[in-house]
Amino acid sequence: MTGQAKAGRPNQLLRNLNSKIASIPMILTAVVIFLGGTVWTVFYSFTNSKLLPRLSFVGFDQYKRLWAAPRWIVSIENLAVYGVLSLIFSLVIGFTLAALMDQKIRFENAFRTIFLYPFALSFIVTGLVWQWVLNPEFGVQSVVRSLGWTSFTFDPLYTPSIVIYGVLIAALWQGTGLVMCLMLAGLRGIDEDIWKASRVDGIPMWKTYLFIVIPMMRPVFITTLVIIASGIVKVYDLVVAQTSGGPGISSEVPAKYVYDYMFQAQNLGQGFAASTMMLITVAIIIIPWAYLEFGGGRKRA
Amino acid sequence: MALKTAEVALAPVKSFDGPNGKKPKRVLSPRNIMLYGTLFVAAAYYLLPLYVMIVTSLKGMPEIRMGNIFSPPMEITFEPWVKAWATACTGLNCDGLSRGFWNSVRITVPSVIASIAIASVNGYALANWRFKGSELFFSILVIGAFIPYQVMIYPIVIVLRELGIYGTLTGLIIVHSIFGMPILTLLFRNYFASLPQELFKAARIDGAGFWQIFLKIMVPMSLPIFVVAMILQVTGIWNDFLFGVVFTRPEYYPMTVQLNNIVNSVQGVKEYNVNMAATILTGLVPLVVYFVSGRLFVRGIAAGAVKG
Repeated sequence: MTGQAKAGRPNQLLRNLNSKIASIPMILTAVVIFLGGTVWTVFYSFTNSKLLPRLSFVGFDQYKRLWAAPRWIVSIENLAVYGVLSLIFSLVIGFTLAALMDQKIRFENAFRTIFLYPFALSFIVTGLVWQWVLNPEFGVQSVVRSLGWTSFTFDPLYTPSIVIYGVLIAALWQGTGLVMCLMLAGLRGIDEDIWKASRVDGIPMWKTYLFIVIPMMRPVFITTLVIIASGIVKVYDLVVAQTSGGPGISSEVPAKYVYDYMFQAQNLGQGFAASTMMLITVAIIIIPWAYLEFGGGRKRA
Repeated sequence: MALKTAEVALAPVKSFDGPNGKKPKRVLSPRNIMLYGTLFVAAAYYLLPLYVMIVTSLKGMPEIRMGNIFSPPMEITFEPWVKAWATACTGLNCDGLSRGFWNSVRITVPSVIASIAIASVNGYALANWRFKGSELFFSILVIGAFIPYQVMIYPIVIVLRELGIYGTLTGLIIVHSIFGMPILTLLFRNYFASLPQELFKAARIDGAGFWQIFLKIMVPMSLPIFVVAMILQVTGIWNDFLFGVVFTRPEYYPMTVQLNNIVNSVQGVKEYNVNMAATILTGLVPLVVYFVSGRLFVRGIAAGAVKG
């Protein structure tokens, strides 16, 4: 296409000019905001900026302080627990639901609508609803107790050691519908003959899923994995709405650390260092994926 | 084929089961009970919070203190809804969620229009009028979609402050347009690239230029993708919290931010019914979009999931 455009038209420069003018917002965003902003933040993470960014370099001091801060360590631990579990559970639940939906069931549309509607809601709404459902005075705990089991205890949002699981429950409620949709699309892409063949050979269904269908769906799994993972690193609103990082600091996450240090504690350097760590985390996830997807095999044009 | 012979070989065995020659499907087989049982339990889990929200919002406070959150309201009252909308307090303001609602409308409508307008032109330029470096800028843009917002927030604060629009609705609208750009541009670029090239060539032979082709051929042919982009943006921008907090002042807070402030305010007695009514009110717009748009919503979120 580009080649044809270059076929010696006299007004080629003008036409490209139009296209270039139209692309100015994109170019500015890409270069100034995305590239420039990122470099700027990484650069200033080596300064001891407090209330305002300023250029007094302190080397890796901000990072040393960051990794010595109990709150950051808690954030990282929470992110690790939350991340690993939400990856596993959303893939397992999402795939299971999709596999069930793929059995030529009745009311498929109704089920899909029900599983997916939480995804339309914001994390704030999700967090607040689950804050209410998990409220020990009125919620699940009190309901079970009123049924006669008076010693029943289930108050994740008020118990520091398990609060992150309370967040996880809400996150799974919100996000598994999307995973199911992606997985269902993947399953629908599997050739019907595969199923026939495995049925003829007498392979049990679960084996067919585990050893034939899931390996065939590798691209779908990888895409879903990347989507979930990049969402995990960003988790912020949900925690703010559900627990505000509490009790104490037990449900803090990195994104909240960044926000609090930048806009509340007026300690920009710490915020920049923490956000650079987030950037590195995402890079670790994205680079191998981008390499697989666009590098090596050159599958896409 | 081997498959077919195998099926035929199996047929006589199956015919003992009943009159139907094809695979016998019993309605109440253990398999079906398991299948639908699991689906119904799962559906109940997903629906439960919605149910709890609705019943709580219809109860009075005495009833909430007495009963459990799952019991249906004995006396239905709409007072919590009225209060949530019109008089609930955040900080010094006591005009309820209505202010946040209108702020969100004033943010969402221009942001959606601006981001789609910009991204569709970008996508069109990338698909049909490539120039040197265009793919490079596009790659940076798409990679940028994966960078955590936290990394870019502060530089944007500085830029907006320099432009004198930090804390205003205009600033927030620009931010939404910026962060909507990667995924929308990708969406439009792929769509325009999939349209038949002959149309584009024919139009050029007829002497149509960049904007003429875009407005008279591309846009009218791409209404479905515009709808998908719109759904994606409306729900995404309406649900945004982080940008609303960072880039606006309290009087311009969008609905999600205001909701969080109402519910999580530390002072005063917690009015759970008002809180739940407020929560439903905030979720209503994206829910309506979801129910009305159906399959298009799925397409939109599948395309935009990376943005989340």
